[in-house]
Amino acid sequence: MRDRYALALGDDALVLAQRLGEWVARAPELEEDVALANIALDLLGQARTLLTYAGELEGAGRDEDVLAYWRDDRDFRNVLLVELPNGDFAVTMARQLLFAAYQYELYDRLRASTDDTLAAVAGKAVKEVHYHRDHATQWVLRLGDGTDESHRRMAEGLRAVWPYADELFDGDDVTAALSAEGVAVDPATLREPWTAYVGGVLAEAGLEPPADATPRRGGRRGLHTEQLGYLLAEMQHLHRSHPGVTW
Amino acid sequence: MTSTEWPLWEVFVRARRGLSHIHVGSLHAPDAAMAVRNARDVYTRRGEGVSIWVVPSDQITASSPDEKDAFFDPAADKVYRHPTFYEVPAEAKHL
Repeated sequence: MRDRYALALGDDALVLAQRLGEWVARAPELEEDVALANIALDLLGQARTLLTYAGELEGAGRDEDVLAYWRDDRDFRNVLLVELPNGDFAVTMARQLLFAAYQYELYDRLRASTDDTLAAVAGKAVKEVHYHRDHATQWVLRLGDGTDESHRRMAEGLRAVWPYADELFDGDDVTAALSAEGVAVDPATLREPWTAYVGGVLAEAGLEPPADATPRRGGRRGLHTEQLGYLLAEMQHLHRSHPGVTW
Repeated sequence: MTSTEWPLWEVFVRARRGLSHIHVGSLHAPDAAMAVRNARDVYTRRGEGVSIWVVPSDQITASSPDEKDAFFDPAADKVYRHPTFYEVPAEAKHL
């Protein structure tokens, strides 16, 4: 049970790290290139610890590399939000705001987990994610409250990712059982503080939360968008062509 | 035509408490708040600092290379400006 929880949180971090890594050498400015790479590496660090822990709990001899490189998309448990294509910079910042605001509330509470490893991961990660949330906030404010063009693009970016926000707060049998034991955080409890934070940023940026979005979900059950397949192909190709390769 | 390039900022980082901020380089950013964040990512991501200052580069007034001789050469032969002609009492430690 715990291994499935750690795997889901680890997959969120791993897939988003890979997505953000795609900005390297393509960001609008050198400084943003470095910022996005830093955020990606923070997430990769979280993913490594969580996947390693998931593998230990599972007890089947799978380490972080096996879990990252030798599973197919149906076995990944990340939410759909993190696998969405980067789009333009505004889409990426909208996705960052929604996800970092969620991850911040999650890790903030997971610090009190009765599971020492999860509590330790959360204690370290909450500081990293605090910065991720701030970074996205700064950009959403500037683009939303900037020129007509930046406002239009920021509003479009928000519309593109908004349908995927609901899934962040979905519970399942794993979170129900583990949150009762004080191991996990019930995702439903994160919606209120998340809404307060994101709503505050959008109001300040002069943006409206999209009203007519049809929620998309399925990632936690392994039902992903087609985009995850392409992401995994790029991420896993080297390791599968040359198993155990190091350099 | 107006420039679309972000303005340049000079970055100063204090490595730890008790030390001064040291100039570490420069970067582009749209405004001061973003400049501090960019500086955090570009210059302190390996634990180099505990405090950051950013200053718009165009706000720095620098001495001119043309004035180098007039400014600095006269100081070169004034050894008496160095406090090296005092007998240090044996009791004074750590000077």
